[in-house]
Amino acid sequence: MPFIEVNHISKTYGDRAVVNDVSFDVNGGEIFGLIGPNGAGKTTTIRIMMDLIKPDSGEVLVLGRRLGEAVKDDIGYLPEERGLYLNLTVVESLTYFASLKGMEIHRAATRADELLARVDLLPHKQKKIKELSRGMGQFVQFLVTIIHEPKLIILDEPFANLDPVNTQVIKDMVFEMRNQGRAIILSTHRMNEVEELCDRILMINEGHTVLYGDLAEIKSRYRNNSVLLEFEGELGQVSGVIKRQDHDGRTELFLDSETTPQQVLAQLLGQGVTVNRFEVATPPLHDIFLQVVGEHQ
Amino acid sequence: MNKTLLIVRHEFLNLVKRKGFIIWLVAFPVIGFSAIGIYMIVQGIGTGDRDIPIIGYVDEFGGFSEYTTQGELVFISFDTIEEATDALLAEEIDEYFVIPADYLVRGVVDRYVLEKELDIPSETRSAMISFLQSNLLEGQTSLEITERVKSPMLLSSIRLDESGNYAEDQGGVASFIVPTIFAFLLVMAIASSSGYLLQGLGEEKENRVMEVLLSSVSPQQLLTGKVLGLGAGGLLQVLVWLGSLTILSQLASNIIGGVLAGIQLSGNILLLGMVYFILGYLLFAVIQAGMGAVGANAKDSQQMVVALMLPAILPFYIFIFFLRDNPDHVVGTVLTLIPVTAPMSVFVRLGLSEIPLWELLVSIGLMIAGIVGGIFLAAKAFRVFLLMYGKTPGPREIIRYLRES
Repeated sequence: MPFIEVNHISKTYGDRAVVNDVSFDVNGGEIFGLIGPNGAGKTTTIRIMMDLIKPDSGEVLVLGRRLGEAVKDDIGYLPEERGLYLNLTVVESLTYFASLKGMEIHRAATRADELLARVDLLPHKQKKIKELSRGMGQFVQFLVTIIHEPKLIILDEPFANLDPVNTQVIKDMVFEMRNQGRAIILSTHRMNEVEELCDRILMINEGHTVLYGDLAEIKSRYRNNSVLLEFEGELGQVSGVIKRQDHDGRTELFLDSETTPQQVLAQLLGQGVTVNRFEVATPPLHDIFLQVVGEHQ
Repeated sequence: MNKTLLIVRHEFLNLVKRKGFIIWLVAFPVIGFSAIGIYMIVQGIGTGDRDIPIIGYVDEFGGFSEYTTQGELVFISFDTIEEATDALLAEEIDEYFVIPADYLVRGVVDRYVLEKELDIPSETRSAMISFLQSNLLEGQTSLEITERVKSPMLLSSIRLDESGNYAEDQGGVASFIVPTIFAFLLVMAIASSSGYLLQGLGEEKENRVMEVLLSSVSPQQLLTGKVLGLGAGGLLQVLVWLGSLTILSQLASNIIGGVLAGIQLSGNILLLGMVYFILGYLLFAVIQAGMGAVGANAKDSQQMVVALMLPAILPFYIFIFFLRDNPDHVVGTVLTLIPVTAPMSVFVRLGLSEIPLWELLVSIGLMIAGIVGGIFLAAKAFRVFLLMYGKTPGPREIIRYLRES
């Protein structure tokens, strides 16, 4: 059973359809990317999933149950608009929000210590939120999201304004939660993060689904039959290659529709070229994103 | 623990830890006790080591030779104005007055002093009047009649109830003071605690905590928790004020006396106070919560609420300036029945007259209906507007969004 099923949800404000017949599901043990340009409808979709906004039509099932108060305890949500009580201490913030998610207060206190130790914030547990640096505050917000050990975690732009070190700490924790069998939905417009983290994606633009499925399969679908090559020696004429492009110390060979990468590799080896790296080129998600959004507009 | 109770606890503790709340809480008792303390000190200064003035007089009319001791004051006779003036300049006496030859015809008495005065001290004036009256009536009638002429009546007005018995509430200024003070305490408590609600909501919108909260609890749970948590804080405030008011009124009766000696807090007023505090607070809180949800920030919300406080306070002025002599006028009844004007109207009217039971029951019923309707609308506003950041919507947008939701 999927951890979350979104079935044909739509939401209109005035004359503007912000979300239009969007459907997808996310399973346990996977990181799912919800991507799209700014204003595509990602945040509205998430708010509908969180029962913060009622859809005009469609429904959302979490662990097979309709949205409601009981379901909220199974979800951890990091909104794009971050917010904590500035006058509460770090530990008060963590335990208060954990208790609002149904976690017993002593258990929440223990878990808060564990998480704070994990991100080296334990010495700051008695500091007020307003006394923390921005990065520390971001960490605490992330910990508030996951402290109650939710089955489904929704992260809206989780790495915004984080430095590379802190970003990596959170990425590691996201992978860890995925490996524990939780479902993670990552909403972002940073394609490199999606490529690094996500197993499947949904791309929306102007409220419509434009791409949905396995990330590797999508990238394969959009590949343009080319190979990337790093070599030593002189590269002669290779039959089946219709174009050659050199960039970043690598050479990309574009093949005609009749030629396979294996045939090209055999020709290269036959020419005595020392091949240091050979891979079937797949377009970066960023390019697919631009292409798909461009087509859609 | 139930999520609503968690919010109640969080809001209550957050409120009572605020410096502003603590200052507001203790300000009333501190000011009250200080006022009584200052009064006692001033009285101590006035009665302790104060100098009793020595008063001279010149009797040009003749016959004012008796009754020269009036209470603590002693009158010393001088034959001429010059002698009296010399004695005054030599500080043998503090003042003197002259009873002229035509006193009986004109009644004019001149008083001479060296010190600058705001007014003639009441003690001196009373003693002089008594001295003149006693001497004028000397030998004309009996001592008893003389005394009665000096004090013709000790007027006491007694109010009877419908069965002709001595009424529990005797009215008068004293019985008006407590309900009026209580009415203002009530409005202040409503304004301060529901003001905290508004401020809290505005801050939560500005700090973007709202979305995190609403991902854990429903708008109804959040609204109820906040209203009850802050309401408990407001109730604590009123209980502390009420406790101090009881002690203060007792002290005032014993120490200051006069009008204040009649101050009493009846059980009915306390009971009605609690009922109208709770209902009034809930009503204003849910209305303000709705406004807090609509306002883009605490400042915008505060501005909207200023208009709301007007009907809470206005009845006081209407009753004092227009309906004091006829508090049961139809306007008074209407103000008692309208939920937002009811708390103040009920207390002011209690000080002025009796309120018919039916009016109280209908007023309470309408307030409850107002609260239920307010919760419905405020919860709707929570859902629609709490996640809208940026600009505060205008009235048309508010109506449109509420209809669409």
